[in-house]
Amino acid sequence: MSEVKKATRDGFGEEIVELGKKDNKIYVVDVDIGKSCKTGQFRAELPEQYFNVGIAEQNAAGVAAGMATCGKIPFVVTYAVFGSLRMCEMIRQEICYPNLNVKIACSHGGVTPANDGASHQCIEDLGVLRTLPNMTVIMPADYYSAKKLVAKAAEMYGPCYLRFTRDAVPIIYDENTEFEIGKANLLREGKDVAVIANGDTVCIALKAAKMLEQKGIQARVLDMHTIKPLDKEAVMACINEIGKIITVEDHNILNGLGSAVSDVAAESGKAVVRRVGIQDQFGQSAPYERLLEMNGITAEHIVELAEELVR
Amino acid sequence: MMKEASVKDLQKQCIELKKKVISMIHKAQSGHPGGSLSAADFVTALYFREMNLDPKNPKWEDRDRFVLSKGHVCPIQYAALATRGFFDEAVLDTLRQEGSILQGHPDMKKCPGIDISTGSLGQGFACGVGMGIAAKADRKDYRVFVVLGDGECQEGEIWEAAQTANKYQLDNLVVFVDNNNLQLDGTTDEVMPNINLGKKFEAFGFETFDVDGHNMEEILAVLDKARVSRNGKPKCIFAHTVKGKGVSFMENQCGWHGVAPNDEQYTQAMKELDEQLAALA
Repeated sequence: MSEVKKATRDGFGEEIVELGKKDNKIYVVDVDIGKSCKTGQFRAELPEQYFNVGIAEQNAAGVAAGMATCGKIPFVVTYAVFGSLRMCEMIRQEICYPNLNVKIACSHGGVTPANDGASHQCIEDLGVLRTLPNMTVIMPADYYSAKKLVAKAAEMYGPCYLRFTRDAVPIIYDENTEFEIGKANLLREGKDVAVIANGDTVCIALKAAKMLEQKGIQARVLDMHTIKPLDKEAVMACINEIGKIITVEDHNILNGLGSAVSDVAAESGKAVVRRVGIQDQFGQSAPYERLLEMNGITAEHIVELAEELVR
Repeated sequence: MMKEASVKDLQKQCIELKKKVISMIHKAQSGHPGGSLSAADFVTALYFREMNLDPKNPKWEDRDRFVLSKGHVCPIQYAALATRGFFDEAVLDTLRQEGSILQGHPDMKKCPGIDISTGSLGQGFACGVGMGIAAKADRKDYRVFVVLGDGECQEGEIWEAAQTANKYQLDNLVVFVDNNNLQLDGTTDEVMPNINLGKKFEAFGFETFDVDGHNMEEILAVLDKARVSRNGKPKCIFAHTVKGKGVSFMENQCGWHGVAPNDEQYTQAMKELDEQLAALA
């Protein structure tokens, strides 16, 4: 893990330009927060593929669906809270039900909009959207994986929700790492406990694994960038080979990554799962790290849970 | 376009479609007859004269698009599609049955000729706008026809879509408002007055046309105007209609929004429609 930090929304903003240049079917549908969601370069370089429909998210989802029926690959770009909840029923009715090739690309995931406060933080989206049939749900962990996963999302057919961070997060990968939608990336091997994280908490999981190593505990760390379809094979391997799992996410502990992993664990009847995430409470305007701390999303807490499990 | 169809041919076709609507809803004992009948005349004009379609190639890229934003009145669209040969007319008997391509609300994945799945009110219009934008971006000539209910215009997303149609100068977009003044719970005036609905579209930058929605001649004349008017303005054809039009006991009765006729009512309705056909002969 490098000391360099970069927001994953920047990875999206850069990659979408490259994709749009290569394929003129790639459209951006903005809702007046393009600057903040990093579509400025796309707008400048590819004006014919760029549409700003104003502060009207529901309409944006419908417009994108209509474009997709005509063979376009629209990316609706907004903040996670609007892209998941304000647009939710339109995504269900007009994108997921007809299984149209629309991507919802959202900045400001989790508590990363920190000082914007609870109204702009989004802790429900991954859970809500993973319950929609036909939907793929992704949160990249860093700048490089954001670029790669945006490209993969454009390549695949079907509805896809991508969640990025507003704030800078540490770089974990390099530009040569490969990603596959629905396939977790193994970041660290270990036999004592498995830590499965996504998005901006992957770096926290890695930090915890280092701390655990000092204590003689070997943690396996997985970046579960795709929460749906979940890489059940990777989860089953954790269950069968380790049996002790900690999930970490910048999302409500209800219905997010922890719940998805717990589904698999419960059905296997063979593993213990501890979930680290937002404690089913709204946030507030505060520094990002403080908001994580308030919810126990810290390396220290992961270490504590791991020690309990291993003991 | 199927321009050879005369006004009288279309009037007859409209009644034939209404008979199919009544039959399929009767058979299914479920469905929405009232709004299907109020929209019947302009849907007939679109499917049997105005729209450029290929029933043998329903996904033809250059076809005109049809968006039934008030998706619950799909029986009238199903009747038109079957009659145009998109699928076998016998399929109409499967409306709302398990495994049918004719879902309770239109499903583009199941039924040939459906350009977008609809059913949740207020949402189809934006999809039509997206199609209109795509047509312009591709420099294609096809047009997009959207059917809105007047009750549906209470949804906020309708106006989001309208302002987008104006911004992108979608003169390839023709919106019919089926203004039958009734919705599920009562009259639109009782439930939520649609103050100056036609004027609202005008205020949103649409070129608007007022039309008697049951006068085929007027409908055709207005479609002729909309077709040649490529002035950067989206079109709104504001159709004054009667819910349940053509079946005496269903006319202007909000109770017939989503209720199927029983055997006796079915016989009576078919008799009335047959008489209207005979009068045109």
